[in-house]
Amino acid sequence: MKTIPNSPLEPSARSKWFAGIAVISYAIVSLIPLVWIFMTSFRTPQDAIAYPPKVVTEQSLIGYVNLFTTRSRVSAEELAALPPATTWYEGLVREQQMILAGPSRFVDRYTNSLLIGFGSTLLSVVLGTLAAYAFSRFRVPGKDDLLFFILSTRMMPPIAIAIPIYLMFRNVGLNDTHVGLILLYTVVNLSLSVWLLKGFMDEIPREYEEAAMVDGYTRWQAFLKVVLPQAATGIATTAIFCLIFAWNEYAFALLLTSGTAQTSPPFIPTIIGEGGLDWPAMAAGTTLFLLPVLLFTVLLRKHLLRGVTFGAIRK
Amino acid sequence: MKNPLFGRQGLSDRALAWLFVGPTIVLLLAFNIFPLLWTIYLSLTNYRANRPNADTLWVGISNYQRVLNDPAIWENMQATAHFLVSSIALQLLLGFGLALLLNRRFRSHSFWSTAILLPMMLAPAVVGTFWKYFFEPQYGIFNYIVNFFGGPGTFTMLGDTQLSPWAIVLVDTWMWTPYVMLLLLAGLRSIPPYLYEAAEIDRASAWTKFWRITLPMVMPFIILALLFRTIENFKMFDLVDQLTNGGPGSVTELASIHLKREAFEKWRTGYASALAIIMFVSIYGLSLVAVRFLEKVKQR
Repeated sequence: MKTIPNSPLEPSARSKWFAGIAVISYAIVSLIPLVWIFMTSFRTPQDAIAYPPKVVTEQSLIGYVNLFTTRSRVSAEELAALPPATTWYEGLVREQQMILAGPSRFVDRYTNSLLIGFGSTLLSVVLGTLAAYAFSRFRVPGKDDLLFFILSTRMMPPIAIAIPIYLMFRNVGLNDTHVGLILLYTVVNLSLSVWLLKGFMDEIPREYEEAAMVDGYTRWQAFLKVVLPQAATGIATTAIFCLIFAWNEYAFALLLTSGTAQTSPPFIPTIIGEGGLDWPAMAAGTTLFLLPVLLFTVLLRKHLLRGVTFGAIRK
Repeated sequence: MKNPLFGRQGLSDRALAWLFVGPTIVLLLAFNIFPLLWTIYLSLTNYRANRPNADTLWVGISNYQRVLNDPAIWENMQATAHFLVSSIALQLLLGFGLALLLNRRFRSHSFWSTAILLPMMLAPAVVGTFWKYFFEPQYGIFNYIVNFFGGPGTFTMLGDTQLSPWAIVLVDTWMWTPYVMLLLLAGLRSIPPYLYEAAEIDRASAWTKFWRITLPMVMPFIILALLFRTIENFKMFDLVDQLTNGGPGSVTELASIHLKREAFEKWRTGYASALAIIMFVSIYGLSLVAVRFLEKVKQR
């Protein structure tokens, strides 16, 4: 809505002031949980369960050390008999009356999340770009029905199709494999990718490719050299949405993986269980897991609306 | 050589269209339609996924009869209905309020709207995990804040049959109010200013402008938000699985959680498949309406 200063449509300074205060208060309250988790990741286990909760505490990397390691408890005499700790993190482990037992599985799970996230994103964006271009430019028989069918697959409850997928994967040996989850996430993301990219493709004037084809390009060349560069923003936006979905997915990962291919979302809750309630380690894992999504959300802010409405609402 | 698929310009458009759309359709058929058909088949048998070698008997629609006659299902449906109605009502109220305020375009409004949007992009399962920490009865920050403002002293959000249905409503509202706000803000911004200018000339009150212009014009967006939130929360699994896992007892056992327990803990595959099909049909009906509204909103 464009308004000129002093027009009757421009909200008064007082009403703006009130709106600002109300919105900023909501934003601050709603961000407390995220800030609190971030702060907890740098606390000692004792401070994390202090009551009343402490805002200013001693800063410690115990949470991160515990996140990346496994430890075993030893008696005070055994601890005293050990040679002095050689690294700073070994020192932090010893302070908790424990010795280092080895690395934890966090890095594996994080790597799985990255592999499966990027693998499925690449596939669904490539397939989605091709399909979106065809739907945008060519006469595809039954186009509207096909597009509706594609979108409707997004609405399926994951738990409902998890039963046959589980049996299917068990029969062909895809349970707990990277390939299995990559394929599955690719398919779940295809609906979003086709719809979003079709919206972006529709905005590129046909005249560009037509001009290129008059100059002797084939349709394929025109697609590669004219349309794709024009669609770059759209493709990047779509890719980030697909990546975030795959990164966040929990239901399939929980039911279809148990070890080798397990991603972070089903793993992070298990951190709390190991050796009592280790809240700083959980908070450290959560912080490392959420930070990339927060950064991408800020990058995407102009396109969020478009993404969550499958490209239907553009502004 | 004359090949009908090759014109002077390489592959014909028709062939390219199929080549481009084909892989997507094949994958969706393999991972969505085929599993769906398989679920229908399983729902008519007594198959158990933990005993793959046992004889599978055809049992007709008896699984469906058992689902619909199961008193536990009606309890789950009540839990689901409570969750749906409360969380979506709160989200619509808060989201609409925030959208109206943000639409006044105070200084720095776009920065704060981005800040408000952050929670909706996070992984629901991980959100459920860290809220458990805030709800800890001994030292949780949520309990501390409630007691700071005169709360009842000791209370256990996740362990109390009265409170835990509200715990999931609260966390879902925290996460998804931004989504409703985003949609409704788009609705508010799509209202052509001349409507307000005309009302101004007629000396309409702010109240009249809201009821006669703002609300009717935003209505399609409200309905769209309502439908999408209903579909998503009907499917709700991740957040509640982590936060309460259906408990205590089964007071927060939503349809999806019940389905997971039947299918992957009790391994009653046939029964769970019948429940899955019933859920799918309900959600599919809602999504048909949702897509209609998406098309309607798109015209603006």
